Amino acid sequence: MRKVLMGNHAASVAVGLARADVVSAYPITPQTQVIELLDELQTTGKWKGTFIRVESEHSAMAACLGAATAGARTFTASSSQGLAYMHEMLHWVAGARLPVVMVDINRALGAPWILWTDQTDSLSQRDTGWMQFYCSSNQEILDSVLMAYRVAEATLLPAMVVYDGFTLSHTYEPVDVPEQKLVDKFLPPLKYEYALDPKKAQAISSLALPKPFMRMRAKMDADMHRALDVFEEAANEFEKIFGRRYRVIEPYQCDDAETLLVTSGAVASTAQAAIDELRKEGHKAGNLKMRAFRPFPAAALRKTLKPAQKVAVVDRNYSQGHHGIFCEEMKSALYSLDERPEIYGFIAGLGGGDITIELLKEIWHETHEGRADKTNPVWMEDAR
Amino acid sequence: MPRLKIDPEKEPTILISDVPISVNKTGTWRSIRPKIDREKCTNCMICWKFCPESCVTIDSGTPVIEMDYCKGCAICEEVCPLGCIEMEDEEGR
Repeated sequence: MRKVLMGNHAASVAVGLARADVVSAYPITPQTQVIELLDELQTTGKWKGTFIRVESEHSAMAACLGAATAGARTFTASSSQGLAYMHEMLHWVAGARLPVVMVDINRALGAPWILWTDQTDSLSQRDTGWMQFYCSSNQEILDSVLMAYRVAEATLLPAMVVYDGFTLSHTYEPVDVPEQKLVDKFLPPLKYEYALDPKKAQAISSLALPKPFMRMRAKMDADMHRALDVFEEAANEFEKIFGRRYRVIEPYQCDDAETLLVTSGAVASTAQAAIDELRKEGHKAGNLKMRAFRPFPAAALRKTLKPAQKVAVVDRNYSQGHHGIFCEEMKSALYSLDERPEIYGFIAGLGGGDITIELLKEIWHETHEGRADKTNPVWMEDAR
Repeated sequence: MPRLKIDPEKEPTILISDVPISVNKTGTWRSIRPKIDREKCTNCMICWKFCPESCVTIDSGTPVIEMDYCKGCAICEEVCPLGCIEMEDEEGR
């Protein structure tokens, strides 16, 4: 059934449809409506799970860890400073191989006090062992939460669904809300093989010696790589059931493009409109949208990008003293190729500045016409 | 849409406002207001401890709530062990 939903409510509805057993969360702008609606769905009996109220995001993830260890399907949501506060537990959950699913609603990190979107909060969690999937529409938020459970539970890796604060979280769009019985078909109840059984005394994740620790990390890495294939299988099944197809990267008009934008999140949908205009003006322009950040879709990128192409990576995030984070990951993924496209980095919209069609077209022209800097990122002015 | 044309050396390092936070009168946010039953109050200080806005003072014995800053969150009503705080509708809001 088509409904008009804000991005945050699309996430809550997906969690209800996924029949999550336990939700534990602490409110923070711009995430709050996610958990408000879940609380309401529970109070009105529309969602049968347990909501654990906690005093912090660190505790929220700790509660998810406990519940997931007992075999529950779990969920939490946060943003910015809240996600940063959760950081320690993100490592614990990933290391314990618990398929927890969460959403992060991108919000820049303080100081100074800031409310609006940028991706440095989620990308700062890069090395925690969580998968990360970036969304460009409210439909994608709902669908990505369902996909995230499926991929997480098949790989025993936790998954973070990420979308832009306010731009998506507070914007209403028509969303196809699938029927419960179809979701049940796509997402059968979780059977976690290591679930804690009160009848059997066990200690889980107790002290490891270096040798087994190293092996467990290698296994985790192998599963992270396997997640790319698992994502494809899940996407095939998802398309069969719901009629929508998701890919780890999404090329738009890339085949004959001379210069490409690389974008993620809500910017990726603006970029498609920018490409349409550039094409109308006679330019061979394309956009490559990054949906998966972890696992990093390196093989798909190597297959899609051609050595003769110029690539402009638009980063609404930054690693101080170096590069935009998608840009540096992209460079590292393509470095081993004998012939590779030229890659240029652009920083735009930090702290929630608008990334408009005009701004994206300017970035495209700077790159196409050789005005961009191959070594250093180019910072763009706020479009407003 | 131009590049960011600045000299970073000339940009501010931190954000400083010369306006103190006390001018932010959060009392205007309120839609309900606490009413204290001063007969029942034992001055246990629990409302003083829990008020997230730190706008309860207890210097005069029973709690006094600084209404310029009270947001009407009702946490004091929730935590008062003797139930001597009750929330009333704010007139005209």
